[in-house]
Amino acid sequence: MATTLNNPRSVSIAVAGSGGAGALTVGNLLFATAARVGWFGTFTRTLGPQIRGGESAAMVRLTTEPSSCPDDFFKVFLAIDWKNIERFASEIPLSEDSWIICDSDGGDIPEIIAQTGARIIPLPISEAIATVKNGRTNMVALGILAALLSLPDDSLANTIEKKFAKKGADAVADCWQAVEIGRALAAHLPAIAKAEFPQPVQGERLVISGNEATGLGALKGGIRFVAAYPITPATEVLEWMSLALPKLGGSLIQVEDELASINAAIGGSFGGIPSMTATSGPGLALMTESLGLAVAAEVPVVVVDVMRGGPSTGLPTKSEQSDLNIATYGLHGDAPHLVLAPTSVDDCLLTTQWSVHLAESLQTAAIVLSDQFMGQAKAAIRRPADIDFATQRLVLDHDQGNPDGKYERYAITDSGVSPMAIPGTPRGQYTADGLEHSPSGTPSTRNEHHAEQMDKRLRKLTCFDYGQYWASVEGDGDIAIITWGSTTGAAREAAQRLRQQGIDVRLIAVRLILPAQPEKMAQALQGVEKVLVVEQTHSGQYFKFLKAHYELPGAITSLHRAGPITIRPGEIVNRIKTWIE
Amino acid sequence: MNTSIACPAALEAADYKSDLKPVWCAGCGDYSVLLALTKALASLSLRPEDVAVVSGIGCSSRLPAYTATYGFHGVHGRALPTATGLKTARPELTVICTGGDGDGFSIGGNHFVHACRRNIDITYIVMDNQVYGMTKGQASPTTDPLWDSALTPGGTGVSPFYPLVIALASGANFLARTFAGDPKGTATIIEEAISYPGFSFVQILSPCVTYRPDQKEWRHKVRKAPVEATSELGKAAKRLMLDDGFNTGILYKGRREAFKLTQNNGMKVEHDFISQFEI
Repeated sequence: MATTLNNPRSVSIAVAGSGGAGALTVGNLLFATAARVGWFGTFTRTLGPQIRGGESAAMVRLTTEPSSCPDDFFKVFLAIDWKNIERFASEIPLSEDSWIICDSDGGDIPEIIAQTGARIIPLPISEAIATVKNGRTNMVALGILAALLSLPDDSLANTIEKKFAKKGADAVADCWQAVEIGRALAAHLPAIAKAEFPQPVQGERLVISGNEATGLGALKGGIRFVAAYPITPATEVLEWMSLALPKLGGSLIQVEDELASINAAIGGSFGGIPSMTATSGPGLALMTESLGLAVAAEVPVVVVDVMRGGPSTGLPTKSEQSDLNIATYGLHGDAPHLVLAPTSVDDCLLTTQWSVHLAESLQTAAIVLSDQFMGQAKAAIRRPADIDFATQRLVLDHDQGNPDGKYERYAITDSGVSPMAIPGTPRGQYTADGLEHSPSGTPSTRNEHHAEQMDKRLRKLTCFDYGQYWASVEGDGDIAIITWGSTTGAAREAAQRLRQQGIDVRLIAVRLILPAQPEKMAQALQGVEKVLVVEQTHSGQYFKFLKAHYELPGAITSLHRAGPITIRPGEIVNRIKTWIE
Repeated sequence: MNTSIACPAALEAADYKSDLKPVWCAGCGDYSVLLALTKALASLSLRPEDVAVVSGIGCSSRLPAYTATYGFHGVHGRALPTATGLKTARPELTVICTGGDGDGFSIGGNHFVHACRRNIDITYIVMDNQVYGMTKGQASPTTDPLWDSALTPGGTGVSPFYPLVIALASGANFLARTFAGDPKGTATIIEEAISYPGFSFVQILSPCVTYRPDQKEWRHKVRKAPVEATSELGKAAKRLMLDDGFNTGILYKGRREAFKLTQNNGMKVEHDFISQFEI
């Protein structure tokens, strides 16, 4: 083993196998161990739509500093077997610098893999495992990868013990024996990384998924009631909250469909309890009518959309950002509302928390656009800063009620926000209505009422000071990358690489998509002559949105494509370099 | 089951009515339902601010605004999920859901079945006039298959929906049928429905004078059910399956436990969730 190796800043490893091969277990254990010794990074998976089994690949990227996107290429691709590899080979880009590790007895290397020009390293995996009782091939794979990463024995043993303790000491011993075989098989290969990090301080680092961070942010924002209907890839948000809410005196109910979940959330919020639901594109489509109700009746509600490929059932297990249009334009009538998007796994916490705060403060609907990539990715991150947003819902004072009996729920105010009476408040009784109404809430078809209520609902959103969180603006220079959502990770890394090459690049990762912030954007773009818009949509939805809502300086171009192939930093770097040459 | 605190000064039915003039046609059965509901609330001495009436869309769904309680007039067909969310989030409120046959059994049919299943402690009052009135006279799920309309000339040819049978099969805990022409009797039944634990469903035959003038005959057809309410599912099923739709009264009182409500409004509790993610 090499002892003079300098740790690379990034190592990417993919492990693939057919159903039951245990590729995801390898990824999980490898990532957990690496995070424990001090690596940052992400663990993502790709799998087919099978309920159980079916081919799958674990993709682990380890970095010395926090990162939130896949790298351009994988250094190591370990095939437990080759079955159905063509289904996701394109999601695992390899170069001539990559290593392909496979079983010597595993048959021919599929053409799609061989043509990458990567170095092929056959190892006698099945021959070695045959010598062990209850030997699991995937544990041999883990041993090989642990050797390549120089992961210390005690950390790896600890992870395995945690994972298999339930199955008994024998199972743990069997696993460890297979891991040892893997280590021995890889003994002649040079290590690709070292695990020499200062010991992370207890509590300073987290391993968390975007969906978990979303749930956490929602609770931190004050959500205490959730109505749920399962859908991939959003279900984990709901499942996590189902266990967490009772600890805060809140509750979650599973309901019959998405029409029920959005309306139950609206009902809970009408009752004064901050409420939400989480779904994906098909569910959001069903909810749009009722989101309009929340806007018109001014009932705060949050809907998290963990986006997947569309339209229709689309790509349920794979990522895309293509619900942007329905989230921004999908409500019938003129229905001003909020659309926000977290920019990374850890930002799911802040953005969801902020979304609850905004929905509550502005008494309207907020749609949070997460996506499958960050929702289901596990990330090793620094503990996010503890942020509090002070403002909450403006409610009719419980003690005062309304002495003259003339409470007007939809009173016209300068800010557009009017005090909301919560059921149980004496002399606050009113009927919340999706029908157009007078200030007191009585149904009205009068032009003046429609005009003033429309203005009020818009004014709430336009007059509000959104402060610094509308976007992350990083760096200087006359070239800007504008992006949103999980493509921020690749854009951020591309900007860093370009800066290292002497090219100044500004990154604007927008968190507040709707309402648009033209003044803030103009300020962020001062001195910029070229703008590249990066997004994971087939039609360039955000590019068109920007052109419709913003005045952008100089030349503007777009890098966009449909999922599931993640946009990688190298592509953005190349695009910008070609453009400015 | 009503858990609200009784109001100090006795209120009368009129105190539960708002000043708003209903959009309903003169002679509409829904006026009587509004009267019956307010009578029931007064009789239960519920404080108006502790009651919420939730509805969807349709003539009868206009009812919440005509009460002096809290009200929610939502989208078409979704009153039950809205009421379910409200009751789950605020178990101490008395939640009543109102609407019509189109809203409840057609566009909202799925929610009806699942609300019965959930057996949450709310009362669902459906003013059944076997027609879509607000859109001016189309067939609803409870309409006779031969009833002629512009949208379904010669009739729908589709067998009607039997709300009480479906409700019983789906798990509702309290079933009754009343006639809007008997506001006093209706008030008594609504009162009992509100007080009874679990999901209470009251089908009120509420004639549409405009699109179903033939329903004037209902006054001669309705009769008090010749038997007392039963708690036996089999008996109730047989009775409802063979019923001609005009037997009124409480028809079933189940013994199912109501959906357990756990929300606690002392919500300021902090909990350290982040440590579970620490490395």
